[in-house]
Amino acid sequence: MDLKLKIWRQKSASARGQFVNYEITDISPDSSFLEMLDVLNETLIKSGEEPVVYDHDCREGICGTCGVYVNGRPHGPDDLITACQLHMRKFNDGDTIVIEPWRARAFPVIKDLTVDRSAFDKLIQESGYVSVNTGNAPDANSTPIKKEKADLAMDAAACIGCGACVAACKNASAMLFVSAKVSHLALLPQGKIEAKNRASKMVAMMDALGFGNCTNTGACEAECPKGIKLTNISRLNREYYISALS
Amino acid sequence: MAKLDSKIPEGPIENKWSNYKSKQNLVNPANKRKLDIIVVGTGLAGASAAASLAEMGFKVKAFCYQDSPRRAHSIAAQGGINAAKNYPNDGDSVYRLFYDTVKGGDYRSREANVYRLAEVSNNIIDQCVAQGVPFAREYGGMLDNRSFGGALVSRTFYARGQTGQQLLLGAYQAQSRQTKLGNIEMYPREEVMNVVIIDEKARGVIVRDAITGKTKRYSAHAVVLATGGYGNVFFLSTMAMGSNVSAAWQAYKKGASFGNPSFVQIHPTCIPVHGEFQSKLTLMSESLRNDGRIWVPLHKEDAIRIQKGEIKPADIAEEGRDYYLERRYPAFGNLVPRDVASRAAKERCDAGFGVGTTGLAVFLDFKDAIERLGKDTIEAKYGNLFQMYEKISDENPYQTPMMIYPAIHYAMGGLWVDYELQTTIPGLFAIGEANFSDHGANRLGASALMQGLADGYFVLPYTIQNYLADEINTPRFPTDGEEFDKAEAETKEILGKLMAIQGKRSVDTFHKLLGKIMWENVGMARNKENLEKAILEIQKLRKEFWSDLFIPGKPEDLNPELQKATRVADFFELGELMARDALNREESCGGHFREEFQTKEGEALRNDKDFAYVAAWDFKGVDKAPVMTKEALKFEAIELKQRNYK
Repeated sequence: MDLKLKIWRQKSASARGQFVNYEITDISPDSSFLEMLDVLNETLIKSGEEPVVYDHDCREGICGTCGVYVNGRPHGPDDLITACQLHMRKFNDGDTIVIEPWRARAFPVIKDLTVDRSAFDKLIQESGYVSVNTGNAPDANSTPIKKEKADLAMDAAACIGCGACVAACKNASAMLFVSAKVSHLALLPQGKIEAKNRASKMVAMMDALGFGNCTNTGACEAECPKGIKLTNISRLNREYYISALS
Repeated sequence: MAKLDSKIPEGPIENKWSNYKSKQNLVNPANKRKLDIIVVGTGLAGASAAASLAEMGFKVKAFCYQDSPRRAHSIAAQGGINAAKNYPNDGDSVYRLFYDTVKGGDYRSREANVYRLAEVSNNIIDQCVAQGVPFAREYGGMLDNRSFGGALVSRTFYARGQTGQQLLLGAYQAQSRQTKLGNIEMYPREEVMNVVIIDEKARGVIVRDAITGKTKRYSAHAVVLATGGYGNVFFLSTMAMGSNVSAAWQAYKKGASFGNPSFVQIHPTCIPVHGEFQSKLTLMSESLRNDGRIWVPLHKEDAIRIQKGEIKPADIAEEGRDYYLERRYPAFGNLVPRDVASRAAKERCDAGFGVGTTGLAVFLDFKDAIERLGKDTIEAKYGNLFQMYEKISDENPYQTPMMIYPAIHYAMGGLWVDYELQTTIPGLFAIGEANFSDHGANRLGASALMQGLADGYFVLPYTIQNYLADEINTPRFPTDGEEFDKAEAETKEILGKLMAIQGKRSVDTFHKLLGKIMWENVGMARNKENLEKAILEIQKLRKEFWSDLFIPGKPEDLNPELQKATRVADFFELGELMARDALNREESCGGHFREEFQTKEGEALRNDKDFAYVAAWDFKGVDKAPVMTKEALKFEAIELKQRNYK
């Protein structure tokens, strides 16, 4: 396949960025999207230019490191995948592909397509856990948990922290990310004890970090590579109201 | 030459760990606050260690090269974690888990360490459940188990096909809690480039900040390496792109012995290689072998027609299929250990019975399981794996068998450690995949998660105190001493040299060539001639690397090419050591298969008389041969036997 690429290049956090056009030829439809970028970078290196900097690591859709807008969609034109799982067979020969970093105040650009998502770590540090020290646990089967609840908790816990929900949201809200963690833990007896406190602290931190508000457009759910559901946001709201009222 | 003292405690095997704990030195709470510990890597081992040490009161500095500690490659582990809970009432016990692990490792691991691992395995499950890890459950609300290779019981706990992710998030959350409390200082995007040794003790690290490109210094009373495995020396592997050996390698070059470097695991069920541009291989969990049946065509003509795309797998009738694992190993069938399954696949493909366009693939077929259990059950068990397969291969595994082939997956070898998980450098510890100790020559499925968390939650937090108890009078020290100056200068010199080459070829060009040498000669089948050839080829390619490499950009900037170059520079040296170790070990055991040493049936032929030892290598200079010391392996609780999965 032969393709035209428009890629956001930005030297540093403070530098001005711009789109730069590249042409790339002979790409196999079986290669992944990131492998296509590898081929581009090899060509750039050969001509003595700096390669396009983008974050990636596991390349199997689970570490959450990669993430760019491809033609305006977080992780590109396919459902339930990350950018590393996107394959070139989803494109046509001769296509123009526009590639940009996440755009959100809470995720400043570091260089080219790489952004700083440490705000997500700060959110988890704000009560996104069960306060239990090592060695402090009863037998694992001492508390039975309904299978349905455990499954729902697992659905929410599947979040990979890639930031696509924030990138998809016109308000750059982190509601889906926060609600996934709040739901995961609130659904389980082990996490229920601190649930109220967790909801209010994480929401306050979300505001402090510069994420926007939720206006229920559902864009986050549509673009989440792991299929995290909006019902988690309902659950977060419920936990939040309970904490505000009590 | 380093003298290897494994420090195995006295007493019968089932009492060793409790004997150790009752006699070891501890550090009192007031003193813990005065002691700093550096933890490098935030995977299962690193994150669990950092969290546990911080909870106990130590001050921890944690480092990872990723943008967040949650992204360490433990996250990609799919299938599960073993424990000797015996919840299914199928006859499991600590002894049986211990026995299976030693046998699975082909009797090349240290008995006392493995017993302790089995002993603490149950605590891990308890701990993870308490953290809110959403393990799979049965309708009665109790935890569910499944089977993995090399075991006759169901002892594997799992969270769909994302067990590693869920366990890592549990540890990451525990770590995040301690970060918020100020007990952990977290440094993401900082890659450890050197270890600082003062008066023969590990006292700090030199890192490169990936964003600014600047080097920085950190000091501590002890340094823990939890840096994972080195499978990326093969270029194509199931590792993350950034996984590397550099911190462990610098420790080796500073005097830490490296144990059994040639022991790497080749996982039988990965998506096959399909092109030159490929950057990594994707694993399909071993759990699939619970329900999937592995086969190739019985007749070579059929295999050829499949390779050419003339017929489809469904066109081959039942009697035309060779379920070769069930045929060769009726007792364990599709659930033989990984090394056995990988070699059997290679044997069929080499003999011309392979499938796929390259002939380097075998089928993993779910037809029978779907008929028996229904598509919904299979989807509930393996849905995310099937989806992952379909996205990559563009084929629907509910309708047509998966195609799989072995790939590099895990390093059993690593830094040599004693019973306390301390390397031959005092104050330098290695945990998880980064050390060599528990898996011998082959790791059983679902045991990596167990070992990482055992080391981090339940072993190191005890054993490191035995060392730190003697350090309570050592005040926090500054990083401006001459040893820090020297270590930082060394790192800067390497970075400068790499940037100054300004040759013509990219890092990946070299890395791919190195990977090819390694895969062909130090991979699934090894022999003397090829290993000797590989050593020379690696040396030659390493010289070319240092004279013709090109890195664009500036050193003091976010420069991924420079990052890759520092890692690949170390892989060259490691690759040579792996070949030397494989050459030295004139026997076949576990993942190490020397073609000269096999039974008539093609099974690995061990030589316990001459090789029942850990080969611990010491660095003598880049262009000098390393020196090997033996740690004899004594088997007191288990009788040495030829492995038999028939």
